[in-house]
Amino acid sequence: MQHQVPFWRAAALSLLILAVFLGGWEAAIRAAATASGQAVDPEYAALMGQAAATGGQSAMPAPSDIAKRLFELLRDPFYVRGTNDQGIGVQIAYSLLRVGAGFGLAAIIAIPLGFAIGMSPLLNAALNPFIQVLRPVSPLAWMPLALYSIKDSSISSVFVIFICSIWPMLLNTAFGVASVRREWLNVGRTLEAGPWRTATRIILPAAAPTIVTGMRISIGIAWLVIVAAEMLVGGTGIGYWVWNQWNNLSIADIVIAILMIGLVGLALDRLLGLLARAVAWSE
Amino acid sequence: MDRPDVQVEGIARRFGATAVFEDVWFSVGRGEFVCLVGHSGCGKTTILNILAGLDAPDDGAVIVGGREITGPSLDRAVIFQSHALMPWMTAAQNVAFALSCRNPHWNRRMCEDAAREALARVGLAHAADRKPAQLSGGMKQRVGIARALAIQPRILLMDEPFSALDALTRGALQEEVSRLVTEAGQTGFMITHDVDEAILLADRILLMSNGPGARIAEVVVNTLPRPRTRAGLHHMPGYHALRDHVLDFLITRSRDFEATNPPAGWSARAVPELRPAA
Repeated sequence: MQHQVPFWRAAALSLLILAVFLGGWEAAIRAAATASGQAVDPEYAALMGQAAATGGQSAMPAPSDIAKRLFELLRDPFYVRGTNDQGIGVQIAYSLLRVGAGFGLAAIIAIPLGFAIGMSPLLNAALNPFIQVLRPVSPLAWMPLALYSIKDSSISSVFVIFICSIWPMLLNTAFGVASVRREWLNVGRTLEAGPWRTATRIILPAAAPTIVTGMRISIGIAWLVIVAAEMLVGGTGIGYWVWNQWNNLSIADIVIAILMIGLVGLALDRLLGLLARAVAWSE
Repeated sequence: MDRPDVQVEGIARRFGATAVFEDVWFSVGRGEFVCLVGHSGCGKTTILNILAGLDAPDDGAVIVGGREITGPSLDRAVIFQSHALMPWMTAAQNVAFALSCRNPHWNRRMCEDAAREALARVGLAHAADRKPAQLSGGMKQRVGIARALAIQPRILLMDEPFSALDALTRGALQEEVSRLVTEAGQTGFMITHDVDEAILLADRILLMSNGPGARIAEVVVNTLPRPRTRAGLHHMPGYHALRDHVLDFLITRSRDFEATNPPAGWSARAVPELRPAA
């Protein structure tokens, strides 16, 4: 067991690490700029025009450039100027919508089905081979099949989210339901609680922490996969936006996108963490 | 007693060729309190589970109120050894859950009120809103008792309900259970390996021989007058004779008993009743 450290000490160290990292980065970029700044042949510069002014300089931005760009992006995150020029907030909203739809659908199917698998050893044995084979498949491997059969890129990415978030929820629900204490079930039996009452008042609350853990794993995977899926299908979403900025070679935007993806992922996890706390019980 | 409340007729539990117990016959009269005493492994808990309807015998039958039982029933409440409270419910919610099963037409308010009343009867009015994790072992077991008694069962089945408690708490709870069961006129059946507990609570004590092939070897009638208290028990005349008899059984006779070569006068269907305290 670790000692509990005061919050401000950990925060101070975190800030120090960040400052050293960003300061080092900034210094490295500036040093590179002065070193390679005038190395361009004047004739080449005349030929290439404006591009030569930055010449051999790297496209890698300094943290100060990124901060400026971040400020610009966040000043108006929800603008829409045509299909290929929309604010970063709009892109994240698209991604969240797809994750929400795929994850929600998966939960609607996985939790009742997991319940049935957990209750019935027969169903468990019958479905286990399918689950074991399908679970390790990369969700992106489903993408061509989804595109072919659904014929809509946006719905295909929702399907990919659905397929990747269903397994942890299904397995955790089945496991949680199957491992409800015998004695609690016996209490229900001696009280002649019917199947519905037993399911809702005993099994569901007993298994809820395990089920929510499954949901938490699922949403994490879904948020990982959506970026890759949107890079593939394009159109909208934070994944598409990252790929678009790569094509524009605006590294600052890519770094900002990485930061945003991380922050949104953190927020999603915290949200499920709150749910986990609400259903937790201890003996 | 014209017709016994519980009739156990030749029940057996087998694993392959070996029987844990077999040819077990006994009955419990209406309003009677019977304790089953025996060593670990003789199938005591299995017998209780069969009476509760949670388990089925491989042979024989259990008749309650003139009908063979086929499963659990609200008329036979169980107080579990491990209290078996739902940790996500408060004490009051645990009892209210049982009440809502007993009285499906009651609304939430009625169940909640009756649950608080039941908790007050076991001295837990102040802890009604606490979760089991915030209760001591004795308090948890009290909630379990309140839950079992709240549904007003005809028969109360208890599986070593006090074995995990310290001596002081155990003594207090034994007297409480004895009082509550007597007040309600309930039939009681308890498994225990605490001889004093059996003498304090039971009208009759069933002594089981060691497994495998365990049987009810003797039935001891407790002639000590009621009310009995934990503090006064060992001053009662006849107490020591009774206690010595049961202890001697547990130490030697439980092991030496052979169903194929039983002592004179023993038969599985009519186990001799002894009155060592009389």
